[in-house]
Amino acid sequence: MRAVLYILTSLAVIGLAFWAYRENYATQSALSEADKLHASIRQAHARLAVLRAEWAYQNRPDRLRDLSVINFDRLGLLPLQPDQFGLVDQVAYPPAPLLPITNPVDVSTMNSGTSSQDDPL
Amino acid sequence: MIRTPLRPLARILDARLKGENPDAIERENKRIRHEQMRDQSRQRAEGRLLIMGVCFFCAFSVVGGRMGLLAMSEPVEPRTHAPGAVISASRADIVDRNGSLLATNFDTHALYAQPRQMVDPNAAAEGLVKVFPDLDLARLKKDFSGKRKFLWIKKKISPEQMQAVHDIGDPGLLFAPRDMRLYPNGKLAAHVMGGASYGKEGVHAAEVIGVAGAEKYFDKYLRDPANGNKPLQLSLDLTVQAAAEQVLFGGMKLMNAKGATSVLMDVKTGEVISVASLPSFDPNDRPRPAVEGDASDSPLFNRSVQGVYELGSTFKIFAAAQAVDLGLVNPDTVIDTKGPMKVGGFRIGEFRNKNYGKLSVTDIIVKSSNRGTGRMALDIGVKRQKEFLKSLGFFEPTGFEIVEAAGGKPLLPKKWTDLSSVTISYGHGISTSPMHLAAGYAAIANGGFKVEPTLIKQPRTKMGERVMSSSAAKSARMMLRKVVSKGTASFGEVPGYHVGGKTGTADKPKPTGGYYEDKVIATFASIFPAHDPKYVLIVTLDEPVESSGDKPRRTAGWTAVPVAAEMIRRVAPLLGVRPTVEPANNAVLTLTSSN
Repeated sequence: MRAVLYILTSLAVIGLAFWAYRENYATQSALSEADKLHASIRQAHARLAVLRAEWAYQNRPDRLRDLSVINFDRLGLLPLQPDQFGLVDQVAYPPAPLLPITNPVDVSTMNSGTSSQDDPL
Repeated sequence: MIRTPLRPLARILDARLKGENPDAIERENKRIRHEQMRDQSRQRAEGRLLIMGVCFFCAFSVVGGRMGLLAMSEPVEPRTHAPGAVISASRADIVDRNGSLLATNFDTHALYAQPRQMVDPNAAAEGLVKVFPDLDLARLKKDFSGKRKFLWIKKKISPEQMQAVHDIGDPGLLFAPRDMRLYPNGKLAAHVMGGASYGKEGVHAAEVIGVAGAEKYFDKYLRDPANGNKPLQLSLDLTVQAAAEQVLFGGMKLMNAKGATSVLMDVKTGEVISVASLPSFDPNDRPRPAVEGDASDSPLFNRSVQGVYELGSTFKIFAAAQAVDLGLVNPDTVIDTKGPMKVGGFRIGEFRNKNYGKLSVTDIIVKSSNRGTGRMALDIGVKRQKEFLKSLGFFEPTGFEIVEAAGGKPLLPKKWTDLSSVTISYGHGISTSPMHLAAGYAAIANGGFKVEPTLIKQPRTKMGERVMSSSAAKSARMMLRKVVSKGTASFGEVPGYHVGGKTGTADKPKPTGGYYEDKVIATFASIFPAHDPKYVLIVTLDEPVESSGDKPRRTAGWTAVPVAAEMIRRVAPLLGVRPTVEPANNAVLTLTSSN
């Protein structure tokens, strides 16, 4: 009886040790996964901040004004005038909605580490 | 254990034979037994104490060891906890009222050197000078070969420069990550933004601190890590600001002025929608403050809050509004403005020594008569005038949220005599900033409530205490409208927007005392639309000259007014103000019964 108890106990100890060993490795891998995710979130945040700054820089009033002057022939844009206010019944019905965009273009390459590896060029 | 009996029979019998007391044996045995018990319990207690001591020793060793480890090791972020509230280490962004970016951060690098780790200090110095031509080769060589262990070389470098330094390939040249403050709109609203610089610098990070403008005023908020993802929203409107600056710059050049400023304010909230001061600078590359010469010549000088000048006849409306408010006059009361008028031994004259004769209060404002407003000021009296101007905020620096605003303290007469009261009624003898004037006009425009100029977007109307009755404010607005429709500011008419306003032309004071003959500050303070004002616009030109006529013209009616009119024409549609037909002044209808 006692022998059976000893065998069972030692088997339990071995089993628990094996379980702890596996849990340890699982925790380690989960932690490193979380680290990677944090790093990629940080990177995405940095990328977003750069894109936002870029967007603000490209849309700064000085540049838009210069662009409207350069492209005046095509666009004919002028500053908003008081006489351009209209009434509701002067507004046309909305045009048909645009077709969905099927080939989006990524305008930043900061986060494209994986895609550049896949790139055959 | 074999227990010794207390009364061993052999010894008792033996003692009885000898005639001794057998109880002594029992006592003796009891004593021995008690001593044994005592020794045993003492041993047990000592053992327990020892174990306790060991336990305590172990526990304190663990705590002490952990403390030591924590003190010695590098801090690491907890890895197992998911981040709760987002804490951002970077300075918060600044956005305008519609959410467009005005200031943000950008990752960049600083370059530093550790000469001890250098392989070839001379080659490194030469390579650096090729990348950065502004560095001094001899000095770098000296620094690299000397005793220094560490030196900063550049505070901010671009990615291209960083690559070029990498290409030098010296292990002693190292990079430190930096957050750089970026103003994507360049010069736009430069005086409001101010600029930022580095505080404490380390190899891993550097703190970004605001050095002027809103960046400095809100430094604590912007640096608070809890606000990292909550941008500071200003009341400025980027589009309106850009249009206003463009018009103001054009006007300044056209009128040959050396400086100009404009303030556009919402009359019900005190929100400043646009504030411009020219000449301006780029906050991304803030110039050094001028150490000599006139501070107002520096582009860093913010004329809208620091430019404390006598603003001339724009003040007349306050005297008229107060006189109406106190019931001393009504807009049609006739006042004799005939000269000569002497107050305190000082002759009060009119512009170009004109003589207007008898004028109604409205016409005094329309024709801008000094003697007319002076007479009203004498009726009002020194005490009441002081109280009124104080209630409008003309005695203290404005609460506008940029650090420079605190420096714009109005200059008041040391002793407020009858003469001061008369000259102040037409804007001389009191020096204020255009921001003060905007707040004063806003009180007239919103029906008589004090407003505090603010740079922060307000969720709802925010008006202070009442400073004049709504009927007095209405009369003042009507007078201001007449100044534009048939008075000195006739160039200020913008079809559909019914501008009301008052011109002011004040001679510039000489630094040595007295006034310049040919240098003026021309101001136009306006409200639009006059019958239901939504915005106040102040335009001030510094030393303008309009030279299209035979003689150079310097009055505000010829200089500041056309600029302000063009600004309203450009800006009002952007603010969403629809041009309207002015409501006619209907005759008062009286109900009568007729049979």
